[in-house]
Amino acid sequence: MSGAGLTQIVVYWLALLLLALPLGAYMARVYEGRATFAQRVLGPIERALYRMFGVRAGAEHGWRRYAVALMLFNVLGLVLVFLLQRVQLWLPGNPNDLPNVPPQVAWNTATSFATNTNWQAYGGETTMSHLTQALALGVQNFVSAATGMAVLVAVVRGFTRRHAEHVGNFWVDLTRSTLYILLPLSILLAILLVARGVPMTTGGHATAHLLQPAGHVDEQHLALGPVASQIAIKQLGTNGGGFYNANSAHPFENPTPLTNFFECLALLLIPAALCFTFGALVKNRRQGWGLFVAMFVLVLPFLILAVHQEAGNMEGKEVRLGESASALWATATTAASNGSVNSMHDSYTPLGGLAPMVLMQLGEVAFGGVGSGLYGMLMFAIVAVFISGLMVGRTPELLGKKIEAFEMKMATLAILVPCLATLAGTALACVAGETPGALANPGPHGFSEVLYAFSSQANNNGSAFAGLTASGDFYTTAGGICMWVARYWIIIPVLAIAGSLARKKTIPASAGTLPTDGPLFVVLLVGTVLLVGALTFVPALALGPIAEQLGGAP
Amino acid sequence: MTKDLLASLRPAAVALLAFTVLTGVVYPAIVLAVGQAAFSHTANGSLVVEDGRVVGSELIGQPFTEPRYFWSRPSATAPFAYNAMASAGANLAVSNPARREAVAQRVAELRAADPGNTDPVPLDLVTASGSGLDPDISPAAARFQVGRVARARGLPLERVRALVDAHVQGRTSGILGEPRVNVAALNRALDALR
Repeated sequence: MSGAGLTQIVVYWLALLLLALPLGAYMARVYEGRATFAQRVLGPIERALYRMFGVRAGAEHGWRRYAVALMLFNVLGLVLVFLLQRVQLWLPGNPNDLPNVPPQVAWNTATSFATNTNWQAYGGETTMSHLTQALALGVQNFVSAATGMAVLVAVVRGFTRRHAEHVGNFWVDLTRSTLYILLPLSILLAILLVARGVPMTTGGHATAHLLQPAGHVDEQHLALGPVASQIAIKQLGTNGGGFYNANSAHPFENPTPLTNFFECLALLLIPAALCFTFGALVKNRRQGWGLFVAMFVLVLPFLILAVHQEAGNMEGKEVRLGESASALWATATTAASNGSVNSMHDSYTPLGGLAPMVLMQLGEVAFGGVGSGLYGMLMFAIVAVFISGLMVGRTPELLGKKIEAFEMKMATLAILVPCLATLAGTALACVAGETPGALANPGPHGFSEVLYAFSSQANNNGSAFAGLTASGDFYTTAGGICMWVARYWIIIPVLAIAGSLARKKTIPASAGTLPTDGPLFVVLLVGTVLLVGALTFVPALALGPIAEQLGGAP
Repeated sequence: MTKDLLASLRPAAVALLAFTVLTGVVYPAIVLAVGQAAFSHTANGSLVVEDGRVVGSELIGQPFTEPRYFWSRPSATAPFAYNAMASAGANLAVSNPARREAVAQRVAELRAADPGNTDPVPLDLVTASGSGLDPDISPAAARFQVGRVARARGLPLERVRALVDAHVQGRTSGILGEPRVNVAALNRALDALR
């Protein structure tokens, strides 16, 4: 690793922490309804929205009603995304005359964007019209992120309330997340990106005369469109779906080292800040720090591995960004369940590619998706206190709430569902007739492409070993099911836990209570995440990246 | 359950519509308005206009094959290199024999075009970029080509070397990214030397 590479990585983490702390505090105020300045400006819009929805901000519900509202909203969103893709040719906002998206790809994409995955079985500039990008995909970028944040807030209420039947109002949490957090940050970042070179126009493409005409090609058509607005939210909302096929490796999506720095910061910003939001909301700031440190400790070894392995590998990377900034992004985008890329992960060295793959397989809890990363991590925290409770023979507690059989069942479900979806999807793909034709690379790396695809979709990440052709019937269907299951079969058990915890009383801490905000708990938590990940995925990894590494060059 | 569902129908439908307008129309419209008003050059693709005609974008690479131009990085876009309507990387694995062959062939081409040059071939000049549209090469990759370009144009070596040096962009604030040379800009400057 070069000195310059190391410097930019250190600067990155410092900047992230410096931005996450105030944002975390701000978000806590938003969810408590105390963000006075923002509410003065945006409050009228918020109240107008509630009037239109026909809801009262003060009316709260139990977890079942909360879950039903969330599911209904997500299903309707999915249907709208599907339909818009199917008729885009006949709608305005399609200057490059792109045809309607085939049904299988449209289903996969609709599921992908509704579940905050943004797996792309298509090339952006060759498939989606401007209208589809903004009205279907862009909207889901916002509301799928806001959905994750809403679930997290409901869980927080589970911890902070006693003898309560209600966990909140989904419409209020959804609206506040979008209006007060995602929208202002996106506008800010998008304008910054336009200023530094990211296009923002309604035009379809520009035509340039090549400096040196080559054979029959003497012109270059440059795909343009409303790019900047899309890029800002896809980074901030841990969505990741690019306007262009090459995602943030494309010079229009990510023109300079500076835009790269901001996009890479945006990618971890909200997930990191939510740790501090959590600390503020549960009135235990050390708890927020504990979660942040645990997440950082989980990411660090994989960051070092990727940066070290990728030094000197320029295949699939851009010169302006270089190896270090590319490996940093690859780690950050899979630590967060973002999935945008600024280099082609498929061309990484075996161990360089293993790092992002493992970060996804750990369940997207080391930072993870906005909201979803932290509620995923809290599921691991429940398991961690349970294991330590077994060791000392005490009823486990987390933040003063007794963890009992119901919470354990739900937490285990939430942790194991993505593992199952990853492995089952990979296994099925290995016997699918479509697979041999879909692989871009031979040998163990071919298997890695499949394993990566299902690790990504079953953990709602969205990045890919993109050589794999994922637009066939098997991959679009199986992948869509994995994304669906991995999103909602976690959200529903998590909300059930929120409901159950809210009903319980809070036990005051005693000498026998395991403090969950100290170093001991951080170690236990990190250990639990690594243990579950290792036990589940080492055999599969041995067949892919590890075999590729040991096999040497053919 | 049914009661919950019925009670959620109106808010769900209206919320989807409202957020579609707010985040799908109003938000892009704000960015579009600000972008077009304040940054119209970059908002429209950073186009380079010479003598009234568009000759490219500052940000997007172009293919060069003639010895008198500096060459860009290999591009994997289909159906031809540097197709800016369909960005793509090669996605070849490090362990893939096809990748080794491709690199070997590119090295051979560079050597054949400049027989006297014994400098090591810079990595970025023989590997495909992530986007297939990389506008830059490393300073080493530009210096590697100085001899060939100077000979093909009948220019003194020093003059071409100085032009390359003048086109090297450093790291942002000395920290971010990597030093680089924009190939099309360098080649336009070369053409302007005549």
